[in-house]
Amino acid sequence: MGNLSKKELDINVEYLTRVEGHGNIVVNIKEGKLEKCQLEIIEAPRFFEAMVKGRSMFEVQHITSRICGICSTGHCMASVKAVEDAIGYKVSDQTTMLRKLILHLETLDSHLLHAYFLVAPDALGVPSVLPLVKTHTDVVLRALRMKKTYSDMCDIIAGRHTHPITVCPRGWTKVPNKKELIKMKELLESTVDDLNITVDTFKTLTLPSFERETEYVALNHPDEYAFLDGDITTTDIKENIKPQDYKQIIKEYHVAHSTSKHSKNKRDSYMVGALARANINFDKLNAPAKGVADALGFKTPCYNPYMNTVAQVVEMAHCTYDSLDILNHLINNGIDETDIVTSWPTRDELHNFKVKAGTGVGAVEVPRGLLVHEYTVDEKAVVTNANCCIPTNQNLANIDLDMKKLIPEIIGKSKEEITLLSEMLVRAYDPCISCSCHMLDVKFV
Amino acid sequence: MSEAKQKVRVAFFDFADCEGCQLQVTYLNEAFLGLLEHVDIVNFREAISEKSDDYDIAFIEGSITRKHDEERIKKIRENAKIIVAYGACACTGGVNGLRRHYTDEEAKEIVYKGREFPLEAGRPKPVHEVVKVDYYIHGCPTNNDEFVKAVKGILLGKGYTPPSYSVCVECKLKENVCLFEKGQTCMGPVTRAGCDAWCTSYGNKCYGCRGMLDNPAEQGQMDILEKNGYTIAELKQKFETYNMCRMEAEKNG
Repeated sequence: MGNLSKKELDINVEYLTRVEGHGNIVVNIKEGKLEKCQLEIIEAPRFFEAMVKGRSMFEVQHITSRICGICSTGHCMASVKAVEDAIGYKVSDQTTMLRKLILHLETLDSHLLHAYFLVAPDALGVPSVLPLVKTHTDVVLRALRMKKTYSDMCDIIAGRHTHPITVCPRGWTKVPNKKELIKMKELLESTVDDLNITVDTFKTLTLPSFERETEYVALNHPDEYAFLDGDITTTDIKENIKPQDYKQIIKEYHVAHSTSKHSKNKRDSYMVGALARANINFDKLNAPAKGVADALGFKTPCYNPYMNTVAQVVEMAHCTYDSLDILNHLINNGIDETDIVTSWPTRDELHNFKVKAGTGVGAVEVPRGLLVHEYTVDEKAVVTNANCCIPTNQNLANIDLDMKKLIPEIIGKSKEEITLLSEMLVRAYDPCISCSCHMLDVKFV
Repeated sequence: MSEAKQKVRVAFFDFADCEGCQLQVTYLNEAFLGLLEHVDIVNFREAISEKSDDYDIAFIEGSITRKHDEERIKKIRENAKIIVAYGACACTGGVNGLRRHYTDEEAKEIVYKGREFPLEAGRPKPVHEVVKVDYYIHGCPTNNDEFVKAVKGILLGKGYTPPSYSVCVECKLKENVCLFEKGQTCMGPVTRAGCDAWCTSYGNKCYGCRGMLDNPAEQGQMDILEKNGYTIAELKQKFETYNMCRMEAEKNG
């Protein structure tokens, strides 16, 4: 901290770009003292927990999907799992498999967007992907091609990626037939070369070296790299907590310097997301993903938050090959096309539909980390209480603490470099501020 | 050749929303690159860092909720020749309208439980309740076929008018079995078409995300739903999902 001594510095990045949602970065150094250093949230609060109150459990995923366009599938999954848990409904194995598949597609799409459009421009020293259209045409076209393929696959299985149509409590309103499954497999196979070149591209990018060990939190499953199902665990506790007991880990609290809810467990902060998942579940990655990790020099435990993007590229390989396994299984064993449900009980069903009132929790690993939805439903299937714990909210305290360690380490650099490294740090978390329906407007002097 | 052409300067702005409609724009893929031949994107916070206040067309996503958001949209109105509201939140208030069931205090109590810090929750409004809107591209999310059609029309100076008939027309053309026949409900009969019966073609029902028709047969729709065993409160909810702001505006004359 030597050269912090007389430094005066004011950084105020308003409307931080290339993140999902609205946020500012504020750094104030006065007479060498780091006075303020935080991510400030200016997203308009939207009150989803209030909006779903009084609505049927059969449309809650339709509404909560609108928390965030980019994570809409994740919100749907957490919602349907939570209401099914509340009424004690068990879905078919085929439903679970298709849910895993669509969640993989969202992870692929989101990680790709983050790595290519939001992070790569920093590494290549340009303000956005637009200048790359001319200078790195092949890179941009590759990214667009991969993105289109993932979205074409989502079109087949869910009608679209943003706000998937076919996902509902109890199962799917439409399932892909064999021809469509084969088409999806062909589409995904067509991305494998591009994925390999993606790994080569990321080999050439250098990310800042910075480390701060923290607690990592993710779902954990005995048989698989957990995305859709699992219990909650952390690098500190090393035991499994049932999703229903999520409040044992996710302790939301208020801080004076910001009006957004932060979360912590036993320490002052923890991290969720690709890096946290990899740190906890690395051994459960499939072989191709481990190969990518090897190629990119990614080793766990990894305490460099900038490496979150690298962990995302590793997960892209995992999701690609796991999706191919799922598709092969469904193609070879046949898909049960009668295994479809209506999004809402039909008129006839409704008369006899018995719902056991109760509270349920859905915990899912979405691109940015652990997402938890909790609903209480009454015997008429109406939601009486809701709570959503968003990954980005859980990461906020950790981002602030990272910045507090980072800024003194780089204080000798120019204001522009400090600004860029701070922006890159925040972007590395891939924050999704739209999601953070708990976040409030903050005013600073 | 294209260098010499005067490009239209386009800006994208987002307010209270999920940014899913911006995301839809990124799914345009090659069509997006084609668009870049005709326009300069000078502001698109989610995707690029470049920023400018000099633009011809402003695409507005999201509902306007707080005072400083109102000031922001008014400034955009001053700068832009054309304002296009795109996506349900901007066009009709979208699901944000549901928040109008609660006062600021009630909403804060539900979500933030006894929190002491100040907070301006604001009141969600579609863009046209604050400034004049020139064109609408409906949907939650917007449909890219319609988006491209509308943008072409706007760039050519012809403008764009969304269909004035109901989703049922498109649904019938797709030869879908009517959901009422199957014992389900659907908002298709009173909802503006243009999505090509997106949700009903994928086995779900219409939730009304494109907003009610200009002259919907509301009573007819209520009668059908009531005949299917729904209570008035449940019926009202189905209309409210995407039409809350308009229903309030009509009630208040």
